[in-house]
Amino acid sequence: MKRIRVIPVLLLHEGGLVKSVRFKNYQYVGDPINAVKIFNEKEIDEIVVLDIDASKEKRGPDIERIREITSEAFIPLAYGGGISTTEQVKELFYNGVEKVIFNYQAIHQTSLITETAKLVGSQSVVASIDVKKNWLGSYKVCTLNGSETTKADPVSFARQMAEAGAGEIFLNSIDKDGTYGGYDLDLIKQVCEAVSIPVVACGGASGLPDFVKAVDAGASAVAAGSLFVFQRPHQAVLISYPSQQQLEQQLFSAIKQ
Amino acid sequence: MIVIVDYGVGNLTSIQNMLKKGGTTSLISGKEADILSASKILLPGMGHFDNCMQRFNASGLRSTIEKKVFTDKTPLLGICVGLQMFMESSEEGNEAGLGWMAGKTVRFKPEQMNHSLKIPHMGWQEVKAVKQSALWKGLEGSRFYFAHSFYVQPASVSDTLLMADYGYTIAVGLEKDNILGVQFHPEKSHRFGMQMLQNFANNY
Repeated sequence: MKRIRVIPVLLLHEGGLVKSVRFKNYQYVGDPINAVKIFNEKEIDEIVVLDIDASKEKRGPDIERIREITSEAFIPLAYGGGISTTEQVKELFYNGVEKVIFNYQAIHQTSLITETAKLVGSQSVVASIDVKKNWLGSYKVCTLNGSETTKADPVSFARQMAEAGAGEIFLNSIDKDGTYGGYDLDLIKQVCEAVSIPVVACGGASGLPDFVKAVDAGASAVAAGSLFVFQRPHQAVLISYPSQQQLEQQLFSAIKQ
Repeated sequence: MIVIVDYGVGNLTSIQNMLKKGGTTSLISGKEADILSASKILLPGMGHFDNCMQRFNASGLRSTIEKKVFTDKTPLLGICVGLQMFMESSEEGNEAGLGWMAGKTVRFKPEQMNHSLKIPHMGWQEVKAVKQSALWKGLEGSRFYFAHSFYVQPASVSDTLLMADYGYTIAVGLEKDNILGVQFHPEKSHRFGMQMLQNFANNY
């Protein structure tokens, strides 16, 4: 049986945990350490923690805060936000981070991906690609929480990231973020076909059937935010995660081989 | 005291945290005196094989650990590249391995896989023991977290303790006398990893 990683994504913003809709309208979710504790008890596969203020504020990772979080995470933790030097990478790993995620620097300082891969190995280097459709309907890579749109198209950018040494692509659709409208399957398909490294799909998941569709489109792992921190229909904060039985029956056995 | 060898590589704090969660205190150290008095030794490793080997050789700890392992028979557990370093060589780099176990470290071969899988192998996989071991007590049917593009190929089949599937079946754990190593990350494999580290701490 092929196991698929199912990954909750947590956003750090102004000291708390938030969730966005299309990278806007941040809703407060709670305390990050408490959330990680609960996810840890649920024996989740992996967790992604993104400090969405760091690059905007032109500062590095808050190591003290991250150490508090990793001390509660007995699962792989990938961190992204404000990493601009290999010294910071070393410090993050020493403090329990398993993978580092680059978004702003992936675009503006691609050599950092290469240097980091040499230092910690490709399997610990993730290139995060935020994608938005422009008014002509073509996909463009964005950064700084979607506020800066680049000219790059996600397919060639993903290739460039893999060549630079990234071991994984974290592919997030801004248009789908927080909407529960399902993943952008065309985007996933295009990027997965272009690279031989794993692609993690993110943005728009509303349940296990969406995970199956993303994997069938080529994704190696699936990620979600709102789905794991809110209870619908009223968006009350409730941390949840599918049981092993649900994953086996509704995801692992449901995907095409 | 279990000593986690600090030679400038790896997620040492995570290993210490996981041991602590299971009730075992440990020491992160790169000092010869600490290693000489260690009851067990844990050798982490992460990143490029050559980088790990160069740093380990430059640490000045190699002969001390070799004395502990081969003369004093102190139990040794390697994790990830820590395990890969036990072999004679690695397809990832040019540095010689430690040669503490016969065999080599090789790259995944996508063309031999029964269906195409992405490399690096990242994620959780069920791990099966192929011989009896105190390391695997209570761990039948458990799953562990992997993040790697290379794996070990021991020269002697009898050295293999654990196997897992990724495209094809590979060795993911070795045990020969007092030398043990695992390819996955017990420190990041919640209750299963905790159990395995406790088994190493208490049963050897």
